[in-house]
Parts: sequence; C-alpha cells; structure tokens
Amino acid sequence: MEKYVGKSVFRGIAIGRISIYEKNQQQVKRVRVTDTEAEKERYAKASEMALSDLSDLYEKAVKEVGEANAGIFGFHQTMIQDDDFIDSINSIIETQQVNAEYAIAMTADNFAQMFSAMNDDYMSGRVADVKDVGERLISILSGKKNASVSGDESVIVVAEDLAPSETVQMDKDMVISFVTTQGSVNSHTAILSRTMGIPSLIDTDFIITKELDGKLGIVDGNSGVFIVDPDDIIIEKYKTLLNEELEKKQLLLSLKGKETVTVDGKKIRLYANIGNSKDLAQVLANDAAGIGLFRSEFVYLEKDRFPTEEEQLAVYKAVLETMAGKPVIIRTLDIGADKQCDYFEMEHEENPAMGCRAIRICLSRPEIFKTQLRALYRASAYGNLAIMYPMITSVREINRIREMENEVKRELKSQGIEIGNPATGIMIETPAAVMISDELAKLVDFFSIGTNDLTQYTLAIDRQNSKLDTFYDSHHPAVLKMIKLVVDNAHEAGIWAGICGELAGDTSLTHEFIAMGVDELSVSPGLVLPVRKQILDSRACN
Amino acid sequence: MKEFNHVIADPEGVHARPATELVKLAKNYQSSISIIFDGRVGDCKRVFTIMALGIKCGNTVTFAFDGDDEDAAMEAFTDFVATKL
Repeated sequence: MEKYVGKSVFRGIAIGRISIYEKNQQQVKRVRVTDTEAEKERYAKASEMALSDLSDLYEKAVKEVGEANAGIFGFHQTMIQDDDFIDSINSIIETQQVNAEYAIAMTADNFAQMFSAMNDDYMSGRVADVKDVGERLISILSGKKNASVSGDESVIVVAEDLAPSETVQMDKDMVISFVTTQGSVNSHTAILSRTMGIPSLIDTDFIITKELDGKLGIVDGNSGVFIVDPDDIIIEKYKTLLNEELEKKQLLLSLKGKETVTVDGKKIRLYANIGNSKDLAQVLANDAAGIGLFRSEFVYLEKDRFPTEEEQLAVYKAVLETMAGKPVIIRTLDIGADKQCDYFEMEHEENPAMGCRAIRICLSRPEIFKTQLRALYRASAYGNLAIMYPMITSVREINRIREMENEVKRELKSQGIEIGNPATGIMIETPAAVMISDELAKLVDFFSIGTNDLTQYTLAIDRQNSKLDTFYDSHHPAVLKMIKLVVDNAHEAGIWAGICGELAGDTSLTHEFIAMGVDELSVSPGLVLPVRKQILDSRACN
Repeated sequence: MKEFNHVIADPEGVHARPATELVKLAKNYQSSISIIFDGRVGDCKRVFTIMALGIKCGNTVTFAFDGDDEDAAMEAFTDFVATKL
C-alpha cells in the first residue's frame, strides 16, 4: 500500500481502478520544406478544422459542464484566430523554411512561456490552454486522434496534467476522479472536476509509472490523500464512507431542482445563510432559492480598518451577480457581543450581549452606517437585493433608519449614481420586537426571526455558559409562541415572515413552522436539501 | 482619438473569458482599440497582448479608440465594461 498527498480540488471519496492517461506524445520533428506557401496552406486548413472541432467541443461542454466553463473553448478559438499567433507560425515557416508542425510547437511554447513568466497563478493555469491549442493543430496535421478514456469500468484517471479538451473528450460516466501530479487550483481539470462534482487531487507527490495502471486506488478528496493498493481494512473504511456520501448524494439528486412547496401547495422561500463570499459555491450547489442572511460583518472582520464604500460595493455586487436575480438579503453590520473588531475601538462593556451592538452602533455612529448604506444602495442596481436591519427594539429606530436611507438615496441620485429599489426588512430577535411586531409590520417589507438571540433574551440564559445547559431548551414553548405571534402579525399587515436562526435548520420543527404559517426559512447551505425534504411533506394549513 | 478610464470590478481581473469577449467586440470595429495599463499598451484585437498586461480587480485601465468609427466603438466598450468587467 502506498499513500500520496495532493491538493484536493473537490471533496468526496472515489474507489476504483487506476487508468493512466497518456498523451499522444507529439514527436514534433523539424523538417525542412522548400514550398513554404504550401506549408502555410496546410497550416491554414488545419486551423479551420481546429476551429470547427472547437465549436463542437464548446457545444458538448455547454451541455456537460455549463456555459461558464465551456467558455474556455471560446478562448481557444480566439487564440487560434489571433493575429500574433498566426503571424508567428507563418513567419517561422517562412524564415526558417520548416514544417508547420514545428512552427506551431515553437509558437505555442513561446506563448506558454509568456504566461508562465507572469508569476501569477491564474496565468500559469493558461499555459495548459496554449499548449492544448498547439497540440490540437499538430494532431490534425499529423492525422492522429487524441487519446481518450474508454472501457466499461469506472476509473481514477491519473495524469501529469490534463488539458481542457482532453477532459471534455473523456467519457464522463466512466471517470470517478482525477489525480494529477501537476496543475493548479485554477487549472481546468480542477474547475471541471468541481463542476462534475467528483473528488480530485492536483499537484500530487508521486511519479507516474506504468505499473500503476490497473491497480486499485482510493482518492480521499476530504483529506487530500491518494492511496494505491489499499489493504482490506482501508478499503472497508472507505467503502463505508463512500456509502454515506452516496446516500447524501441520492438525497441531493432527488431534491435538487425541485420547487419547495408544501403538500397543500404553499411555496416556501428556502434560502441559505452565508458569512463569506466563499460560501456562495455551496449556496448554488445545494440549490437554495436565494440568500436569506448574508452576514455583512465579515467584510469588517477580515479588515484591520473600516472597509471603504468601494470595497464593500465590490463584495455585494459580486454576490448579487453570482446569484443572478435570485433574492439576496444582506444584513447590515451586526458587530458587538461575541463579534469584536479592534478598530471600532469599542468601550469595554459588562454585558456586551445587551450592549452597544448591531443597529445601535450604526445609529450612534452614523458615518459607519452611511458608508454601508451607500454601498448597499449602489449594489442594489446589480441584482435582487433586500436590506435587513438587526437588533431592532422600537419604532423610533426604524424611523431613524428611514431618514438615513432617504438621505443616502438623495445623495446618490444627485450624484447621478444608479440605484435599485431594494426591499427593507428587520430581524426580530428581541422580545420587545416580538411584542410590538404588529406596529413594526406596518413599517417594513419583511420579518426574519433570529432565533439564537431571541431564545437567549427570552429565557435569560447565556448560551455561552455551558453550566446552564440543563435549563436551556431550544424548543421552549415561549419561543415557539413568539414565532407564531410574529408570523400572525406579519400576515395581518400583508408582509412575509421567515426564520434565519439556527432553529430554521432544525428539521424536527419544520412541520410545526410551516403549520404556523412561516413563509421563509434560511439555513446553512448544507441543510437546504434536508429542510426541503421536510417541507415537501408538510402542510401550511391544518 | 477618444478614451475613457475604467476600474476593473471583475474579481478575477481580465481573465480568459472577458479577454475573449473584448477581442470579439473589438473586431466589429475598424478603429484601432487599445487597452492601456501601467504604461503598457495592449491591442484589443489581439488576445495575448491583453492577457500579457496581467490586469487585476481594482486596477484602473484606459481604453483608447482611434479611427472612423471610434465613437461607436467607445459606446459599445463603455456598455460592455460597465456590466462585464
């Protein structure tokens, strides 16, 4: 048994036979030609064929891996048609009186060299693209077909590195993993394996030998390990893990793309919570219908000074664009209590959970709040944004927020900056907000109940204090009654109410929440599908 | 000769896809169209010259247009970069 370490580009387990992918080593010989015009003509014809192959590949890739990933073949076409690329090849043919194959290989090497000299991970990843284009042209000229994976057994494909066209030409149903000894996280093997959702390793520390071919291998994408010739105990261990994953995947497949609707036909907004733009991939992968809670404080927590309006705009805009028209609810700065930031220079408090936090900081330090509001309103032009304010306890706070919103909107308009028309809602996470939710509902577009704080304030139990665990009941009837009251008051005023706290993802309560009339549940991405499963057999009306 | 500045908003900078789209768009016009960054000039009709500039998110670049249809080209580029770059 041998164990190797690589960089994982997608999590998961794969067990199967190893298949070594050997490129057709294009032995490009330098041959002198006398008729350079004829040689240029050969090259031009190959170029045309390559372009037509690439448009076929593009179509295939769009179907298999989506338009965004297929775009790489558009880039390949552009390279083949690029004047610099063409001129270089023709000039080598002419001045050195050599064959087209050699001229292409030289040119591809030179351009690849340029990318690898840029000292940039992304551009280094493009070296493979240039070489791929060169090899495509050469194999057309030499009349050879590219190597491909075929057969009827699922295999772990092992290679030094794989070009995008090589991965697309493979029979995907047979490939359960890629293991490469080179490559970067930006390489197309990495991107495609993520899109295909198969565990893969790159930059793995072993040397490919012929003996590996056909041996049993295990790829552990969770810890970045590649095991060759595993012993029985290891095989058993991984088979169990694999089965667990398969069950999860099965659930995913059966629930993905399904509308989240109750037995009696009520559509539920099932959204995901995110605390970081890196979580976005998980939101999409788990098929959430939107983002129900975007914790904007991470934008502040990862800086050592206040993030500027432009910096915030870039983050919000990217999220909105990635979500492409799906709702994105961004919660304004919720700092204080357990989330602290040095540069805010907050005074020490005896009881931070009940201290200067969230909207209280924003309203007492309007310059900080205004920057965020400006960034949010500007971002609202790029997607379906809603703004949500945390820790509300009174009508007065909402009135003050409205004044600031109006001020920001006026300013932006007078500067000629385009803004959208975002919905605005509030978190219901204090008992005070629950009790006056009838009044608050008239002033806002939606409610989202933050059950973590609401439970702690209602039960007067500090959740960080483990000694109080025996007194703590996350399903306390007081909290459940409050949720019911909030939902009723929301509906009375014609707005929707959801839950974005931890309780939202508690599948033992989903039926009860839906029966109460809850319209939205926002949960961590991994819980979207399990919650959807519950909703699908729940009833909104008793 | 016309020009305008643009701050790159795409988090990945001018990577393969936008570079490809820039070339496609530029080839619709007779005018010469340049992308200028950090004192270096790329030709918007030549993909390698664009990518060689190594433009990242947050960089300010200048697009310059020179030729008979420079007005139309500038308008098309302004629209393109506002939403795609």
